[in-house]
Amino acid sequence: MTYLLLRHRDIPDLHQIDVYQAHGGYNGLRKAVLEMSTQEVIDVVRASGLRGRGGAGFPTGVKWSFIPKGPGEKYVVINTDESETGTFKDRELSEKNPHQVIEGAIIAAYSIGAKTIYNYFRGEFMDAGYAMEEAIREAYAAGFLGKNILGSEFSCDFYCHYGAGAYICGEETALINSLQGELGQPWSKPPFPAVEGLYRKPTVVNNTETLANVPLIMVNGAEWYMGLGTDKSPGVKIVCMSGHVEKPGNYEVEMGVTYRQLIEMAGGMRGGKKFKALLPSGGSGPVITDKALDAPMTYEGLTPFDSVMGSASVIVMDESTDMVWAALKMSHFFKHESCGKCTPCREGTFWMEKLLHRIYDGHGTPQDIITLESVANQIGGRTLCALGDFAINPVLSTIKHFPEEYRAKVQGSSNGQMKQVAARTAVPS
Amino acid sequence: MIAEKYAKEIEGILARFPTKKSAVLPLMHLAQHEYGYMSDEAKREVAAILGLDPTHVLSLAGFYSLYYEEPVGKYVLEICNDLACALRGADEFVEMASAKLGIPVDGTTEDGLFTLKTVMCLGACDRAPMLQCNLRFEENLDEAKFAALLARLRQDAKQLSVVEKITSYAIGE
Repeated sequence: MTYLLLRHRDIPDLHQIDVYQAHGGYNGLRKAVLEMSTQEVIDVVRASGLRGRGGAGFPTGVKWSFIPKGPGEKYVVINTDESETGTFKDRELSEKNPHQVIEGAIIAAYSIGAKTIYNYFRGEFMDAGYAMEEAIREAYAAGFLGKNILGSEFSCDFYCHYGAGAYICGEETALINSLQGELGQPWSKPPFPAVEGLYRKPTVVNNTETLANVPLIMVNGAEWYMGLGTDKSPGVKIVCMSGHVEKPGNYEVEMGVTYRQLIEMAGGMRGGKKFKALLPSGGSGPVITDKALDAPMTYEGLTPFDSVMGSASVIVMDESTDMVWAALKMSHFFKHESCGKCTPCREGTFWMEKLLHRIYDGHGTPQDIITLESVANQIGGRTLCALGDFAINPVLSTIKHFPEEYRAKVQGSSNGQMKQVAARTAVPS
Repeated sequence: MIAEKYAKEIEGILARFPTKKSAVLPLMHLAQHEYGYMSDEAKREVAAILGLDPTHVLSLAGFYSLYYEEPVGKYVLEICNDLACALRGADEFVEMASAKLGIPVDGTTEDGLFTLKTVMCLGACDRAPMLQCNLRFEENLDEAKFAALLARLRQDAKQLSVVEKITSYAIGE
């Protein structure tokens, strides 16, 4: 296939601005700034059907249209926090194809009237950040950033910012708080960032991959983009394949490909083992079984199976996987990453992990499974942000699909082949 | 004092934001780079530069996992053993690393060179087992590659200046 987002795989040295421009780079920005009004840019992105690639799937053009018109400070913030378990697409884009992200962000800034772009990298991605900073320097030198871009009235600056290790900072309001020098904790919406975001000014927060689509839409048009993927989920998507597949990595596909096809693309099941389950949205989506393998990877495709596409970070598990262990791993993650602001999440994730530990360790009772479900159900829908909802997904979905594994544990017959390791946090007694 | 030593860098960081407070995480990264961890003095320095209450910097140091509030080794080896990596042997890799270094997770070798930690997803699940060493990613690891990494780091450590050598510390139990 011809890549649209992972074009660096076809074009050597695409991270260099000369190479990027030789392959049509910054033509989208030229078209937007020199030929289109800000409203026309928003209208094209809205008509393209592009939706947020960070996981939430909110229509990008609609998000941009929420920004109040007229004078005043506004901001574009790129979300390169990418901390979802199983997700590693934005890192590749930032390191290997940074100009496409930068160009998309500048177009976004032009459309909403922002003079400043911040790219919020997770702190662990400093190498990716440095690659992007080099590209930013090139973009300034070429006149695509700074004052009077392409000789127009439009001026824009671009800064990279580094977090310091907190999953919650991928949530847009927590990210904004973190960028303001506060604890990375979400706030209760409203106010929405489009009205009162960074420094209490209208702000658009877009995922890295989302913005990488924008230059192509500008150049090729909304209809072209709508022709890719499916009617309700147009376009292409980078899928992060990890776990028990032969060839883990990023795969760029048109929306609508099935999960079975994705596993085949990734070389099939590792060692020829039998498929058992997968997490379609990193750690935050409910697991699906072989019954859902032929579902299309779209924003709606997994609805009949009570799951979501999310960020399309597909963690594949084979027959050797102990599903209680997998749920425990994810519970440990969410307990660790809960920001602590709201009680159901802070306390609930702690208790879920504690109960799962007890069950996994062979000290659980049938009542513990009931209590586990009860705790999970008291977290869902009762938290400021989606972290609490995410945290319960691996737990409830593994209980739903693999109840026999839970039952076996509480009946004292441990069927887990995975070893416990000293690295795991001990359960407080 | 980072205010003097990194005056130009700090000025550049402050210029990016309309408020001083936004510069707190970058300055904390700078302070940790300088002192090896976020000591009380480092926190106070950052707070003083930005006109913040030191308790705010303290709360940030506790919130964000990349800041170390206790002394750590010269090289912090943080192995991801989250689910996606664990499916590809990260737990066993942690055990091997712990045995090879002779320290438990969160421990530091007696020579003060290595601290071993486990961390949540680092965004390199396709290249597990992997770790970050002082924010540099080392990927597709196995026992032999880990041994080679330790050898390389030990060799690098020998290149330290005399000052660094005589001020490096060993952390007791």
